[in-house]
Amino acid sequence: MKKLFTERVGIFFMRATTYLVVAVIGWILLDIIIKGIPGLSWEFLSTAPRRSGAEGGILPAIVGTVYLLLGTLIIALPLGIASAIYLSEYAQQGRFTNYVKRGIITLAGVPSIVFGLFGLGLFVIYLNFGASILSGSLTLACMTLPTIIVASEEALKAVPRSFREASLALGATKWETIKYNVLPYSVPGMITGSILAIGRAAGETAPILLTVAAFYLPRLPSSVYDQVMVLPYHLYILATQHPEAALIRDKQYGTALVLLLIVLGFNLIAVLYRRRFRKKYQWN
Amino acid sequence: MAKELKIITDDLNFYYGEKQALFNISIELPAKEVTALIGPSGCGKSTFLRVLNRMNDIIDGTRSTGVVTIDGEDITGKDIDLVALRKRVGMVFQKSNPFPKSIFENIAYGPKIHGMTDKEELSALVEKSLTQAALWDEVKDRLGDKALNLSGGQQQRLCIARALAVEPEILLMDEPASALDPKATTRIENLIGELKGEYTIIIVTHNMQQAARVSDNTAFFYEGRLIEFGLTKGIFTKPANKRTEDYVTGRFG
Repeated sequence: MKKLFTERVGIFFMRATTYLVVAVIGWILLDIIIKGIPGLSWEFLSTAPRRSGAEGGILPAIVGTVYLLLGTLIIALPLGIASAIYLSEYAQQGRFTNYVKRGIITLAGVPSIVFGLFGLGLFVIYLNFGASILSGSLTLACMTLPTIIVASEEALKAVPRSFREASLALGATKWETIKYNVLPYSVPGMITGSILAIGRAAGETAPILLTVAAFYLPRLPSSVYDQVMVLPYHLYILATQHPEAALIRDKQYGTALVLLLIVLGFNLIAVLYRRRFRKKYQWN
Repeated sequence: MAKELKIITDDLNFYYGEKQALFNISIELPAKEVTALIGPSGCGKSTFLRVLNRMNDIIDGTRSTGVVTIDGEDITGKDIDLVALRKRVGMVFQKSNPFPKSIFENIAYGPKIHGMTDKEELSALVEKSLTQAALWDEVKDRLGDKALNLSGGQQQRLCIARALAVEPEILLMDEPASALDPKATTRIENLIGELKGEYTIIIVTHNMQQAARVSDNTAFFYEGRLIEFGLTKGIFTKPANKRTEDYVTGRFG
């Protein structure tokens, strides 16, 4: 009897904490959606801000965020996948490789402001890219690389050894084996993990604050050396730095909702992509 | 009549790191016959099999000493062309492992990586290989289907066809029927009988009856050593060694 009671209490608490977490997230989402929808309009999405963002829209910040994410994707994806292939397929598994892998996992946990300062020092100042899309993308790429590498390694590890053996036993070289019978099955997992990592980077403020974000720049960028406005930073300014902060709730919530939708959109792409490829190459 | 010898090993030792797995193996395997490797788990028979196509190379820290020749050519050297070796020495694994692709793609993969590009040539080879593996009639109308939708026995015959498609001289089989039901096992065994006139077949098996049914020669391994090697008839009727007798009669294993 007593055991049963303890178990029931335990399950009750676990269920309660789960509901609590879901409730908090739901509350935040609902709050943003309900208060953000009135602020959304075609004008809000398609025009530049006026009067420091108190009027007009957020188009430059949307464009800036999307450019930044695409830049990050283009830089980080090939580097991350290449490193993962090397680490899991070619590098001799030993103490050194282990240290490298552990180092990468540790990097994934480094605070984003540290990456921001690193980007400021290396890309903005030393390499003289200035505060620009290029510097920001490179910084975000550094920040997301560890996650991409780890996700890609997991995807490679998930490919059964028997496929590799079968291919090698037929006289394929190691690279042919990887190219034809490892990568095709692991790319979906790699892409999915990478998109999720970059989606998370979309909401980061600290790294871009130091390397790319413009306080107020109501025009679209014309090259990768331009500064841009970006949604998270714009939101921060509207909410805390703006002289009329209390009077422009609709702009603040509207911006938050758009940022949320972009991140969710990224995640949705990842999920749909994975589902499509799962069907094509299913082995278990 | 002296038999034509295909594979000869002389004083072969094999190590996984510090652990020695094979001790002083000297054996002469005749061409175009079936040789069964038997012995209890961990006796080194699979390791020996994988020495013959250098599959052990993919495990870090393995090394061998001694000589292994195929048609008089040593294959243990560091600078051996593994692609060429594995093209000559095909392998079928314990657990069927078709690629998650179509039946056609599975068979055509080997020839393609060895440079065959002509579509008709490929199609002809796919048909020939599947026919040799006694699978053609069952799959000829659905070559585009996923290989993983085939039954277990069909998948294993597909893997045999895949190995045959690169036109090897030797076929290594690592317990090819151990995961199959009796009917599928019989088909594989019949297939081995049909293939042996053309290929030198080395088969690892845990199944004594199977070794007796399919093989011409049998080698008994125990704790990394070759205990006895001879005609299958002899090994199963009057083994020279006490341990061989105990094993083949089921007293241990």
